[in-house]
Amino acid sequence: MKFSVMVNEGPYTHQASDTAYQFTRAALAAGHEVFRVFFYHDGVNNGTRMTTPPQDDRNIVDRWSELASEHELDLVVCVAAAQRRGIVDADEAKRNGKDGDNIAPGFRISGLGQLIEAGIQSDRLLVFGD
Amino acid sequence: MLHTVNKSPFESSSLRTCLALARAGSDILLIEDGVYGGLAGSAHSTMVEDALKSMKVYALGPDLKARGLAEDRLIPGVQVVGYDGFVDLASANDKVQSWL
Repeated sequence: MKFSVMVNEGPYTHQASDTAYQFTRAALAAGHEVFRVFFYHDGVNNGTRMTTPPQDDRNIVDRWSELASEHELDLVVCVAAAQRRGIVDADEAKRNGKDGDNIAPGFRISGLGQLIEAGIQSDRLLVFGD
Repeated sequence: MLHTVNKSPFESSSLRTCLALARAGSDILLIEDGVYGGLAGSAHSTMVEDALKSMKVYALGPDLKARGLAEDRLIPGVQVVGYDGFVDLASANDKVQSWL
């Protein structure tokens, strides 16, 4: 079965980022395909590599990056939500005259069309948020 | 259809609204703070007991454990599943509705 996942809540807020990650991991472990994870609203904060939690806490961002690298997961951050919250890749930084980028490995910045496509292409779309 | 509820019924009306609108035969999965809705003997137990007559109600085991809630405190009939069970429920139902 083909799943897509939408994350609307930032990391370290309530629990949505954790539940979305655990669900995605379990789906992959069961042999399902995860077509895309789409990060929207405060969920885009899952995609900054500057996140530095205390050593005894889980690193939510690294966890996504590692899962993406293991399973070639498509982690997409909404561009408009990202710009508002200062999440930029090299291209966006250049385009907007910023002095650096902060997108985490495995994430890419794109538009809402990617969410619509995920909804069309997948058998199930699960929404996690607050 | 699978309905997921992630808020405690003591915090939000989402479980009440979900149970009022869900059709007979639906699966209801309580996750995150939503697992408090599965507790027996609470002010909100009755609506879940009523729902169990026509639907199946599940609670996510890791979220119960994270809150120190033993399975024997659940309303009889509420079944405990792990994340693998969550994936199975999402596969078995043709749609998933998140009550946020």
